[in-house]
Amino acid sequence: MIPISIASFDAGLKYARPEIFLGTAACVILLIDLAVAQAQRHWIGILSVAALLVTAILIGVQPLTMRVLVLGDMYELDRMAQVLKIVAVITVGIVFVYSTDYLRRRDLFKGEYFVLGLFATLGILVLVSAGSFLTLYLGLELMSLCLYAMVAFDRTSVRAAESAIKFFVLGSLASGTLLYGMSIVYGATGSLQLGEIALVLHHGLSANIGVVFGIAFLIVGIGFKFGAVPFHMWIPDVYEGSPTCVTLFIGSAPKIAAFALTMRLLTEGLDASQPDWSSMLIVLSVLSMAIGNVVAIAQSNLKRMLAYSTISHVGYILLGILAGTSQGYQAAMFYTITYVVVATGSFGMIVLLSRQGFEADTLDDFRGLNARSPWFAGMMAIFMFSLAGLPPFIGFYAKLGVIQAVLGVGNVWLAVLAVLFSVVGAFYYLRIVKLMYFDEAVDASPLDGSALMRAVLSANALLVLVVGIVPAALLGLCKQALP
Amino acid sequence: MIGEHLLSVLIALPIVGGFAILGLGAERAAAARWSALLVAGAALLCSIPLYMKFSTETAAMQFVERVTWIPTLNAQFFVGVDGISMPLILLSTFTTVLVVLAGWKSVTSRVAQYYAAFLILEGAMIGVFAALDAVLFYVFWEVMLIPMFIIIGIWGGPRRVYATIKFFLYTFLGSLLMLVALIYLYLKSGRYDLLAFQQLPLSGPEQVAIFLAFFAAFAVKVPMWPVHTWLPDAHVEAPTGGSVVLAAIMLKMGGYGFLRLSLPITPDASRELDWLMILLSLIGVVYIGFVALAQRDMKKLIAYSSIAHMGFVTLGLFVGFQIVSHTGRTSGVALGLDGAVVQMISHGLVSAAMFLCVGVLYDRVHSREISAYGGVVNTMPVFASFMVLFALANAGLPGTSGFVGEFLVILASFKANVWYAFLAGTTLVLGAGYTLWLVKRVIFGAVGNDHVAALEDLDGREFLILGVLAASVLLVGLWPAPLLNVMRATTQHLAQQLLVSKIGP
Repeated sequence: MIPISIASFDAGLKYARPEIFLGTAACVILLIDLAVAQAQRHWIGILSVAALLVTAILIGVQPLTMRVLVLGDMYELDRMAQVLKIVAVITVGIVFVYSTDYLRRRDLFKGEYFVLGLFATLGILVLVSAGSFLTLYLGLELMSLCLYAMVAFDRTSVRAAESAIKFFVLGSLASGTLLYGMSIVYGATGSLQLGEIALVLHHGLSANIGVVFGIAFLIVGIGFKFGAVPFHMWIPDVYEGSPTCVTLFIGSAPKIAAFALTMRLLTEGLDASQPDWSSMLIVLSVLSMAIGNVVAIAQSNLKRMLAYSTISHVGYILLGILAGTSQGYQAAMFYTITYVVVATGSFGMIVLLSRQGFEADTLDDFRGLNARSPWFAGMMAIFMFSLAGLPPFIGFYAKLGVIQAVLGVGNVWLAVLAVLFSVVGAFYYLRIVKLMYFDEAVDASPLDGSALMRAVLSANALLVLVVGIVPAALLGLCKQALP
Repeated sequence: MIGEHLLSVLIALPIVGGFAILGLGAERAAAARWSALLVAGAALLCSIPLYMKFSTETAAMQFVERVTWIPTLNAQFFVGVDGISMPLILLSTFTTVLVVLAGWKSVTSRVAQYYAAFLILEGAMIGVFAALDAVLFYVFWEVMLIPMFIIIGIWGGPRRVYATIKFFLYTFLGSLLMLVALIYLYLKSGRYDLLAFQQLPLSGPEQVAIFLAFFAAFAVKVPMWPVHTWLPDAHVEAPTGGSVVLAAIMLKMGGYGFLRLSLPITPDASRELDWLMILLSLIGVVYIGFVALAQRDMKKLIAYSSIAHMGFVTLGLFVGFQIVSHTGRTSGVALGLDGAVVQMISHGLVSAAMFLCVGVLYDRVHSREISAYGGVVNTMPVFASFMVLFALANAGLPGTSGFVGEFLVILASFKANVWYAFLAGTTLVLGAGYTLWLVKRVIFGAVGNDHVAALEDLDGREFLILGVLAASVLLVGLWPAPLLNVMRATTQHLAQQLLVSKIGP
């Protein structure tokens, strides 16, 4: 479907209303933060969540009958963008709710966390709606810069500083590579606008060696932002070194950004070169599934284990994309959304278990959780079984979708590899369940955590179960978004 | 109202009941016990109309319900039963009641979670037997793993964690390969309908690949030699109730899978690879029989005897192809299938009874070692007579249910090849050997030690459990006609299906 280009600037502003609102709100909250006393600072959190809710509503009410390109074809709005943005904004809202307790207990409750988070969210929104290389890069950098700062947010922590430097250096390198790839493609096609690039490539330029060369660089950039092997080295260190609430942030909404980046670049701009990038993605995907799942077994730190688990899940998401069919894209989108929901909950559990001066981020901290709180042990079990891809949790339909996609293009061996690695993956998720249910608790103190956080976390887990039993609506949404 | 939705009620009732019992919390153990009994009893009552209203005239699915479930995948909530799945559902509801009763006193920690796990498991098992949609089937198939994983892991023996993770990963690996095959069939047919899969023409190599993927799932579940090694571990470590459900029903999933998926969907591959199936079955029957002889742990011995008996099931399923190719006559195919299904039901009753007997002893002495017993008959005469009866049924004595299935399968094997029948027949000797030797060492002789001298005979609850099982074993053994009538139409239809090549143009 060719998007409709609207030249009117006013109409363009109307479409970009959610982004404009969020940017303004973030600035206003930053100003308010200057004025309030520490005792009143919890209002910053409340305001930020409110701003996100309003943004979500603004995105939701946008009438959308077709794909539109506005603001000089820089900004694109389609169903996929709308769905991904709403998921991203709501995820960040949930992340903020989970973070509040954590920040307060560590005397880290500063307005900057929320403001940086809001700007990062703005970056995600811009990226998701990008119609050209420029906006794509702008959104990506806005998000990444905020994330670098958030990792270093706890100034007294040496490990966090180390992680931030690592993240920043590697992230800049990846951004540079991506930019280099973009410039090569620009040189070959003469356009920055994704639709025009696609048009040029369809007219026979796809075999151009320059374009293929550019794609290789783009794939490196995508691989880094997604955290696919062999560009995954930053993920475990950053996940482990960051304060848990920042890990929670990095582990959730930016995955949606990475997915959108891939979709915009590869399937929209470089659609005609699909055989080229598919074969590159196969390598990334298989390596990610293999290394992510195998190395996760050896971890004793839960954040690190979930980092490797992320890497393996990225491998599965790439499976859907590399199939190159709309069914595969839908499956990848479904996978990304469900993964984000489950990852948010899993990191939320770590936040819930951590206390004053104590990070509950080793596997042993989950020992005997069933005796301490059967309810939350059940919730964590739901997250783990879902990550393992077991029905009736949403993780199962995600895996079903991507396996179906690769089988649909005749890649039987890839499907078999995918299921074999998911058996390996099941082992370490089961280990968490084993720790919670079969072992005795080391410390039997009851869980603390605000009522709000408990309620949201429970809702998060029940969503994983309920959508797992009736997945039709979400699957239908993904189908509608990527027809 | 319930009549039209009987199967969904049967699936939902235990699952909802299980979650409700979870809600009771850890404190109210007595309430959890009684409500679990109530739910299991209600499920048993609900399953009786399934038998009463079942039409024996047709091989078509009955009690069918079909509702759109996931439109994008073209998956439906599609359930129904035929003559093979209906008896297995009855077996599930019946066994669950016994399991609830069996754990009445011996389970004292986390009672609510224990019963909830069994009830959720029951719902999932009924779901597997009733599902006619591949996604639904797969969902229930995997859901079964979660409660069983928890049951073995929490209430099991000393090496429970090793055993339960082994059990989980073994079966998970097999089922994922099945999933790939199911998705492949979906992409071919555009639907996840198991009955549509049965009509789908498939080329020879496709069928072989699909058959092997199914084989990975079902052979592990049955379990067939050489992928049986998870079973002795899981059985030994599981609590009594877990062992009973595992032996009585979960092993039947494998046989059921062969009947519902492998045979009708890939008949040509089944015919081509029947030698492999027969070979593995016979190795299982003979070799595992010898292994059982060498066991010192009662549960392990019964676990190995289960593997040997399940070998009969797979033998009965696949021996029909050899009958056709050797004699050209098709009459024996249904005979083998009949034998296999009867053997599944009978093994469900007998192995459940054997594990419950061991549970009775274990509750009192807390040892499963054969050498810890001796002369139990002196202190527990009523129990001893039950145990002897079940042991004889396990050995296949005429008049007990064990005889009917084994006899039918041996009869069918005889038509195919005398040697098959000979090898299968050795199990009768071996089976008698290891079970009677077990009985001799545990039950008879002089009182072995102080523990045995202090034993008390069955109480009313245990008497009820074992009495009901003994009656069922004798009923199926003496008068198998009702069971055979129920499944006749289905097995004959399946036998015809097997003989028609599906290799498409």
